[in-house]
Amino acid sequence: MRQRPFVRLKSLRFAAASAALLPLAFSQIHAAPNGARPAAGATAPEDGQWTMPSKDYASTRYSGLNQVNRANVAKLKPVLTWDTGSRKGQEAPPLVVGSMMYLTMPFPNNIIAIDLAAKPRPAVKWVFRPNPRPMSQGVACCDVVNRGAVYSNGRLYFNTLDGQVIAIDANSGKQVWRTQVGNIMKGETITMSPLVAEGKVIVGDSGGEFGVRGWIMALDAATGKVAWKAFHTGPDKDVLIGPNFHPYYAKDRGTDLGVHTWPPDAWKIGGGTTWGWIAYDPQTKTIFYGTGNPGPWNPEQRPGDNKWTTGVFARDVATGQARWFYQTTPHDLYDHDDINEQILLDMPVHGQIRQVLVRPSRSGYMQVLDRKTGQLYSANPYSFINAYAGVNLKTGEIIPVHDKSPKEGRVVRNICPTASGAKDWNPSAFSPRTGLLYVPHENLCMDEGVMEANYIAGTPYLGSDVKMYAGPGGNRGTFTAWDPVAGKAAWELKEDLPLWSPALATAGDVVFYGTMDGWFKAVDALNGHLLWKFKLDSGIIGQPIAYRGPDGREYVAVMSGVGGWAGALVSGPLDPHDPTAALGFVNAVRDLPKLTKAGGRLYVFALPR
Amino acid sequence: MSSLFPASAALLCTFFLLAGCDREERGLRHQAKAETMAFVPSGDPRANDYQNNAFQLSQGQRLFGWMNCVGCHSHGGGGMGPPLMDNKWRYGGRMEDIVYTILNGRPNGMPPFKGRVTQQQAWQLAAYVHSLSIQTRKDVLGARTEEMSNVEPPTLQSPRTPINEPPAPGHAPGK
Repeated sequence: MRQRPFVRLKSLRFAAASAALLPLAFSQIHAAPNGARPAAGATAPEDGQWTMPSKDYASTRYSGLNQVNRANVAKLKPVLTWDTGSRKGQEAPPLVVGSMMYLTMPFPNNIIAIDLAAKPRPAVKWVFRPNPRPMSQGVACCDVVNRGAVYSNGRLYFNTLDGQVIAIDANSGKQVWRTQVGNIMKGETITMSPLVAEGKVIVGDSGGEFGVRGWIMALDAATGKVAWKAFHTGPDKDVLIGPNFHPYYAKDRGTDLGVHTWPPDAWKIGGGTTWGWIAYDPQTKTIFYGTGNPGPWNPEQRPGDNKWTTGVFARDVATGQARWFYQTTPHDLYDHDDINEQILLDMPVHGQIRQVLVRPSRSGYMQVLDRKTGQLYSANPYSFINAYAGVNLKTGEIIPVHDKSPKEGRVVRNICPTASGAKDWNPSAFSPRTGLLYVPHENLCMDEGVMEANYIAGTPYLGSDVKMYAGPGGNRGTFTAWDPVAGKAAWELKEDLPLWSPALATAGDVVFYGTMDGWFKAVDALNGHLLWKFKLDSGIIGQPIAYRGPDGREYVAVMSGVGGWAGALVSGPLDPHDPTAALGFVNAVRDLPKLTKAGGRLYVFALPR
Repeated sequence: MSSLFPASAALLCTFFLLAGCDREERGLRHQAKAETMAFVPSGDPRANDYQNNAFQLSQGQRLFGWMNCVGCHSHGGGGMGPPLMDNKWRYGGRMEDIVYTILNGRPNGMPPFKGRVTQQQAWQLAAYVHSLSIQTRKDVLGARTEEMSNVEPPTLQSPRTPINEPPAPGHAPGK
């Protein structure tokens, strides 16, 4: 959408000032030293907007704006704050399209449109209330979050907790269509942000803790009609596995593995949901995404590899037909949901430029997979791991540590990483200027005891008690700048609390992220030095963004509002006396109620004029 | 290097933005379904029979795991559902109220278990739920907890005075 023309003496003066800074900024632009760059065709030239949570199809979360940079970020001030009234976890980013900002709320999933160019000051233009069914709150595993709407072609697309996909007109806030795709009576909710590509809205379900049968589907963006649907368990025809399916590793080849790698009929309640991130390569028209944990958590109830859970799928966006699959943790032992983001890069691998996807997996390994074949080039630990002994790059197989396998009737102590993984949903950012991936993650370990779970539709299907605590070193979070080419960390920052907020990288060589006690931080993209921090009214688990306002200035925005799995103790509120509360996460963050409170406020920052 | 913004200016910003908002658009706080309390008569003789019986209570504890109550309420601390070990009761903390909640469900997420448990099991479950906030006689409480994570033994905890609390709208599903 267009930028609002804005001519005013003051802003002209400011434009002149920023123009003086430009030669300096541009002189620093060069190919990243390690040769890594976003996938060709999967990013767009910077237009100052933020139209989808991951910024672009390559999922870089990189803004090309550089008014705010290493030299001046220390002067950043809040210029706008607004309390949305919500007190649940705020995992969604604000979207900025032209002069409009759109906020996506946790349940009840209202969409709020703010006119940034309104005079005399930004004002709410409309609120869309989808009114999801209140019962859906009871089948949301980890707070009633939503990870954001997507703007495309004049419309906003988003999902509701009770399993609806909705398209609304971005200008008027009027509904265009809505389609019910999830059944909350079976425990199917939707918390993920859709991906819109090639005229399709691609969505998946949550409910891996309820024994749902996970799926991903594409709806026609114009009408909301279902174009294709692929399950992640069951016979090949349901999984959309056909003649074009060519997995790289032999263990993933065969007929109806989604049935044969399970005890009889267990695949029907086997999980494998899609509640995380989808990346898209427009050149090959392929989507890439991960599948969630198998159900129940207790692994003894489901001997076998439990395909196609906890792995990565590449699919044809038009038909949904699978191209390849790589299973990160066959027969998942620890709820290592494989739904984390995949950043599409073109980068040197053993001296040759390869088209890869890089993903910090829940298991703690940074996977580098070939986008065309699904071959695993490397899997180096980016966090402390003692539950796995490594990954065999020849067979693609992860090597579980036998002593750490959960067994009925005993408690296994000190399993690292936890059920929430070395990193959970909160995505990393990639800067093409530094070639580094900025990974906000956790450093937690857990005790786990498993017992037989009964399947009762619409109730949790877990069979597991978990208690989490700080990992080695005592810091519960780590912010890692990862060199994907060298396959090792460039630098790391220790954080007291687990990091549940995503990262934002900018052309000003500043990286932003938030902490659960409410500090919004800017660090130097090159060396991690803390350049600026600001305390918000509530903890941060939201996705920070940068945009160019109607006045031509660069703004950085983030929502406060602690919650999610990690912050449920505060947003619930829950009782910290029970270490197993919130599937064991409460024990790791018992001090959180002293450090922050529930909230839900928009913060926008800018440099002084 | 940190830069602290004066709170007054932040307040001012908030004021300006709020002042710009349409006053009619402030329904965000009131989306959760009203949590009405069905009238449940008290004085059911089963209430005392079950809540003062160690066997019924321990049966309730087993059912609490088997029926997947643990998945939502953990071992009393809550998760997807609200905590049960604290002293707050959205729908009343009497045995009769708890049985009603278990069998009929509540509008913000508690599923009905009628048809999944018998009347007797519902009373056993209620006895256990009631005991989580130590409303039960000490000689009835179990001296140890079943779960691996060692919540403080109920016999060592002090009773928590029940409060009937209308939940803040939008909060976790009611108990």
